[in-house]
Amino acid sequence: MLRSAITRSVLVLAFLAAPDALLTAHCRAADWTQFRGPGGGGVSDDQDVPVKWSSTENVRWKAALPGRGLSSPVVADGRVYVTACTGWQQNRLHVLCFDEKTGKQLWERQFWATGLTGSHPKTNMAAPTPVTDGKFVFALFSTCDVVCLDRDGDLQWYRSLTGDYPTITNQVGMAASPVLAGDTLVMPIENAGESFALGLDKATGKNRWKIERDRQINWTTPLVMTNNGKIEVVLQSPKELTAVDPATGAKRWSYEAKGIASIPSAVAGQGALFLPAGEFTALKPRSDGASPEVLWNSIRLKPATASPILYKDRVYSLNGGGILVCADAANGNVLWQERVKGPFSASPVIANGKLYAVAEEGVTTVVQLGDKPLTLATNEVKPAADKDLLLATPAIAGGAIFLRSDGWLWCIGAKKEQ
Amino acid sequence: MRRTIAFALLGVGLALPANLGGAEPKSLVAKIQAVGSEGKGNTDAAQSWKALVKLGPSALLEVLTGLDTADPTAANWLRAAVDAIAERELAAKRPLPIEQLEAFIRDVKHAGAARRLAYEWLVRADPKAADRLLPGMLEDPGVELRRDAVARVVKEADEQFAKDAKDAALKTYQKALASGRDRDQVDHIAGQLKKLGQTVDLPAHFGFIQRWLVIGPFDSSGGVGFKAVYPPEKQVDLNATYPGKGGMVVGWKEATAEQVKDNYALIDFNKVLTKYQGAAAYAFAAVESPKEQPVEIRASSNNAVKLFLNGKEVFFREEYHHGVRFDGMIGKGTLKQGRNEIVVKVCQNEQKEDWAQTWGFQVRLSDAIGGAIPFKVLPEKPAAEKEKQ
Repeated sequence: MLRSAITRSVLVLAFLAAPDALLTAHCRAADWTQFRGPGGGGVSDDQDVPVKWSSTENVRWKAALPGRGLSSPVVADGRVYVTACTGWQQNRLHVLCFDEKTGKQLWERQFWATGLTGSHPKTNMAAPTPVTDGKFVFALFSTCDVVCLDRDGDLQWYRSLTGDYPTITNQVGMAASPVLAGDTLVMPIENAGESFALGLDKATGKNRWKIERDRQINWTTPLVMTNNGKIEVVLQSPKELTAVDPATGAKRWSYEAKGIASIPSAVAGQGALFLPAGEFTALKPRSDGASPEVLWNSIRLKPATASPILYKDRVYSLNGGGILVCADAANGNVLWQERVKGPFSASPVIANGKLYAVAEEGVTTVVQLGDKPLTLATNEVKPAADKDLLLATPAIAGGAIFLRSDGWLWCIGAKKEQ
Repeated sequence: MRRTIAFALLGVGLALPANLGGAEPKSLVAKIQAVGSEGKGNTDAAQSWKALVKLGPSALLEVLTGLDTADPTAANWLRAAVDAIAERELAAKRPLPIEQLEAFIRDVKHAGAARRLAYEWLVRADPKAADRLLPGMLEDPGVELRRDAVARVVKEADEQFAKDAKDAALKTYQKALASGRDRDQVDHIAGQLKKLGQTVDLPAHFGFIQRWLVIGPFDSSGGVGFKAVYPPEKQVDLNATYPGKGGMVVGWKEATAEQVKDNYALIDFNKVLTKYQGAAAYAFAAVESPKEQPVEIRASSNNAVKLFLNGKEVFFREEYHHGVRFDGMIGKGTLKQGRNEIVVKVCQNEQKEDWAQTWGFQVRLSDAIGGAIPFKVLPEKPAAEKEKQ
């Protein structure tokens, strides 16, 4: 306990922080620039996201999408970017841009898949979430096609990673999202063939570094964080957590454990890193290259598909039974749990002290967080068709929550005067 | 007026005078086509892309034509340019060059993907174009245009079927089947024809090899068998025996493919060899081709696979139990006139889960758009098998 208390004090010093500093001049603080938002934490400061909505109430706009996607929308500088895939063999890859205020489609670019298009039926080729710095949007597809477009849809560069590294293969489907760390676009390409993590020069798409990874399928998204004043990218694989220098790919530190999750991704903040694994583990990275200190483990926080989320002093996890578990981030002690309507493919997000859990069939449960949970609303948007599922993690920006189903992009927010 | 002149020039094969730093569309396309691996040439390509798009519709046909000779990487650069040009023209309520696009689409010398791209923009600008073009595209060499043409016929047949016009529906489905190449369409057509009393020989329609000679198991403990080169990989001798997994002696035996669940012509090694883990097996077929012809050896398997054509490896994938996809593995080559040897190597790993116990494959021979090609499986067999008869 003493150790925990000391640790908690140290945490307050913010030895390790979510990378708000990584926001570029083109992004607003309220933008949602990557999978689970800036820093990958899934938390927004937005105060105006609605608590209640339906298919008609509080719908600021909705836009038809050409095809499926598990990818989240990303929002920056007044534009919403979404990826999708179409074609009976999922071989058409789409990047779409919408006006954030009106939902008007501003442009669409399509690409032909150059990599494998087979996948588990639940997923598809538009599984990775794009990332944007506000000026450019970077989209990776399950086919390992990568594109960079500017905000007006002008192509900056394109890479066929399967063309470059032809043994890449994952017939379950790839899903790890790319992240930006400074001027480097980082993406893990872990699969049954040649497996690696890649750091690309975001301006040209050329390799800055390429490091070997284990040959195994893995869907976790890297974490960008600041450790002792330096930006690190943490790559999460089933056997090892590896922190690298985003400029060079050089290993800074690693942590080995059994059963590190290959679907839900870690989250960092308040001085620690929270890792979904066989036992949910809180780690304190060190600055000297040594393996992180294990702060605590908890089997009760083990998540299913959804990534955990950290908010203030508490960590939240959605398990396979649809139970939202809240624990003290300092010691892992479970404070409460609450059943939420699932099942879930999307990770929960938090805005203004409320957690939004989006279930596959279109129901979002809004839970007021506190010493006890309070379910404020269960909101349903009617899917466009029976199979129109909501599998994507939502985005939050501009007083709205953006829901993405197979067929629609919904902007849920109070109407604003134009 | 300027655009009109530009298209007139393009129509007779002349380059449009440059309007951006002296660059002509053709040279800009060439710079994009020069992109290499790992982003080589991206910077030049990006500049050329911007210049091309600024040229607007005057560059459209040159870019589309560039797709004929572009590799997959360059093709995506070029298609994005086509999309950007066409999208901006339509957004500005300016016309697309409909006649030139249609002429491009009708010219089957152009790449199927390029023609399909042109078609999509043509239809946006002129929705009636589909009615003009698709009826004549049932035998199109472009897989997507052909698919759309077949879909129209299937739709017509479905409507006839719904109205209980059985004779008309039968004929229309048969017409669709003759041109159908994609599995989902063919399965639908075959299902409807069955309701109308006609059974479709789907293994034959798709060109599956239904008779094989198989040998195994060879050792693949710890996955070693995938890289190991066992004798059948060097030379097929149907009368030879070899030391197999665990010291057992293995020889060739006949195996007939079965239509099982989603498979049209499955060789199930668990049945024909008995169940092994950490094992490799080979299947051999001698096929006679009436002529020299390009071939795609299209395989489906839940195991690691290598494909060989006349002793040359034409495909490999070392992946286990991540799902079976129809035509998920494709090796390309050329069948020579007369006898050809096809060898399939299939490795099973040592996963214990129930869902990881399948060990088998199916293979078909097709052209580039998935149509069965003419071939015959030769009745070769080991001498011992002949003696049994």
